[in-house]
Amino acid sequence: MKTIKKIMGLILMSATLTVAFCGCGSDKADSSSITIGIPQDLEDSLDPHVAVAAGTKEILFNIFEGLVKPDKNGDLNPAVADSYEISEDGLTYTFHLRKGVKFHDGSTVTADDVLFCIQKNADADSSSAYASAFSNIKEYRAEGENIIITLNQKDTDFLQYMTMAIIPKSNANPDTNPIGTGPYKYVSRSPQENIVLTRFDGYWGEKAHIKDVTLKICASADSIVMYLLGGSVDLFARVTTTQVDQLKDGNFDILEGTMNLVQAMYLNNAFEPFKDERVRQALCYAIDRQEILNISFAGKGTVIGSSMFPAFGKYYIDETKDVYKTDLEKAKALLKEAGYETGLSFSITVPSNYQPHIDTATVIVEQLKKIGVDAKIKLVEWDSWVADTYVGRNFEATVVGVDASQMTARAMLERFTSDSGKNFINYSNSEYDAKFAEAVATTDDAKATALYKDCEWILTNTAANVYIQDLAEFVAINKKYTGYEFYPIYVMDISKIRLK
Amino acid sequence: MKYVIKKLLTTLITLFAVSALVFFSFSVIPGNPAVSRLGTEATPEKIEKLTHEMGLDRPLPERYGEWVLNILHGDFGKSYSYNQKVTSLLSEKIGTTLILSVIAIILTVAVAFPLGIYTARKSDSKLDVVLTSLNQLIMAIPSFFSGILITLLFGFVFKLFTPGAYVSYKVNFLRCVGYLFFPALAIALPKISMVVKLLKDTALKEANKDYVVTAYSRGNATRAVFYKHVLKNAMIPVITFLGMTFADIIAGSIIVEQVFSVPGLGRILLTSISGRDYPMVQAIILLLSVFVVISNLAVDFMYRAFDKRIRV
Repeated sequence: MKTIKKIMGLILMSATLTVAFCGCGSDKADSSSITIGIPQDLEDSLDPHVAVAAGTKEILFNIFEGLVKPDKNGDLNPAVADSYEISEDGLTYTFHLRKGVKFHDGSTVTADDVLFCIQKNADADSSSAYASAFSNIKEYRAEGENIIITLNQKDTDFLQYMTMAIIPKSNANPDTNPIGTGPYKYVSRSPQENIVLTRFDGYWGEKAHIKDVTLKICASADSIVMYLLGGSVDLFARVTTTQVDQLKDGNFDILEGTMNLVQAMYLNNAFEPFKDERVRQALCYAIDRQEILNISFAGKGTVIGSSMFPAFGKYYIDETKDVYKTDLEKAKALLKEAGYETGLSFSITVPSNYQPHIDTATVIVEQLKKIGVDAKIKLVEWDSWVADTYVGRNFEATVVGVDASQMTARAMLERFTSDSGKNFINYSNSEYDAKFAEAVATTDDAKATALYKDCEWILTNTAANVYIQDLAEFVAINKKYTGYEFYPIYVMDISKIRLK
Repeated sequence: MKYVIKKLLTTLITLFAVSALVFFSFSVIPGNPAVSRLGTEATPEKIEKLTHEMGLDRPLPERYGEWVLNILHGDFGKSYSYNQKVTSLLSEKIGTTLILSVIAIILTVAVAFPLGIYTARKSDSKLDVVLTSLNQLIMAIPSFFSGILITLLFGFVFKLFTPGAYVSYKVNFLRCVGYLFFPALAIALPKISMVVKLLKDTALKEANKDYVVTAYSRGNATRAVFYKHVLKNAMIPVITFLGMTFADIIAGSIIVEQVFSVPGLGRILLTSISGRDYPMVQAIILLLSVFVVISNLAVDFMYRAFDKRIRV
């Protein structure tokens, strides 16, 4: 029995030791590091040409650059190219490579790398998001330091696609070993734990301020406030209004921007009752968008009236939001006209991982009761939403936010043309299709803009969807740091953040 | 020897059954990994193409056979989401969960044994009444809830650790253990209560048996009788329980990992399920069942070590 005693003694000792270790927990004084919380892991390829998730692209923005690169106003600036020219007829683009731009592995960017990237994305079989736009490329070639691209027909948005990341041809595993030219380079990752980046000292432009960046995955939304207050996370983008309240007394600056997406109750225009424009309009009249903002979002957010959000500047039409002023009588009258005076019922599909959309749908259900419409919320997993609602188009109504992959009107409006593969609401309007086609083919930018605006008006007037808002985005950042910038596209520019 | 071979054989059959169950159950539940990967870029054509590329359009038995064969060669396939080998992705996670479980089991043994023996010996004192009631209470609190309380108490009131500031054991082992101590405590608490209660009950039951009375009548001291006879016999059910507890702790750590955001097997299991990352999910579940089966096997062998008469 002596041995048992000995073992017990050992066990006890190790237990006390374990407790003793706990003293050394939190020393995070390194001046040049930041821990940024992100809501999900990059469960995606790290190849910028293959990655699809918005959350992945948001981070890859810091590692990769294209020939041109957007700034915080959405304007395109030369990046890997130091200048470009567009021919008079708008068909030939000449990019001049910047001298001495280095990849993170130390090699220099060559024209060959650029050609390789264009070829990779132009492949119609690839899952590349650029494939459809690049089908317009007639030929591309290099002449010394110049890359010359010729198009079949003019495309005023073409420059936007040149934000396509330039990666080295020599990289055999772009999926798992991202090498780019951006201000930060990839160091390591641990699934569901973190992604580590470090400043790229060979960056051609203004170097990043903070040296070490840890992107920490905070999968549980409930614990984000705890991490921020406890000091294990310094910055979290997209905190909710409730969380903002909880952080009030903490050591944080709360910055307010916009999420740059169109939150709407998207209506399946092929669903029998919604085939009738009057029914869709009735819903628009019945839903009080300001009330949704007041109840679910503490009054924050921007009410919108079409498939375009304010950050788009010249394409955005503020007046569209005033077309459907809440008017219950009118809504009832329209329903009666359409033959639904006895009532109407449908389900609203909402992906269960997006609380803001659930909150919006909840208010909508109550508002619709007032005109005798019985809507029910159907929560689904994100995966099923993509498969059944988005791809399968098997739904009646759904509340989600739609964003733009590029800063082009086309990125927002193309999906509503009758034959678009992304037209998940089955919207079909020949006038819309004609205007859109004309806009794309127009060489004159002012005329194209006017045509795109016509398209937006058509969406509003025919009540394609019940447009609600562009959500407010709150960023919580520890008072030690400053310099966070909001972009009109879904990215987080870490290189601008610095110590106060 | 025959006993050992028989045991190992049943273990293998169990694992085989689990592998089939894991594999086929995921072909039944709805969801397509190709859709998960494509997200909103998905179109019917792209989905069909990717499904083909991933080999998901091949017949199920064929895929199962290939999967099992590859596992026998140590290859668990490639994760759909991370495009990396499952084995290299999981190795660190297994370490994390194992460290957490080992700390929890050490805590359980280190606290429960002395406490159990103490309460058994002083079973009619006033302190015992207090301890027993407290024990009942702790047993009733699920570990995810005690996890929240521990975070609040040790993290925010006493500031002994920073919630969410987990450091990988590869970076700093001591800090990792220091952080994992708290989730381990949450896991261990209900187990401690159970072991204490079990130890006390079995010891008291033994103490009333005839051989104990005989031992006393021969003039042995109470203390000696207790440690030499009573405790030895009372240990057998406790060891069974501990063995099962270890398996339970590994599986149970999945929930507590969420509360303390420890990036172990649990976290990656949940995200892999929602992302339909089948190779990952299958590997993790198989791994967890290996843990369970092996710890049960260990218990069986330990039984025999304690008491040669036992045949299981």
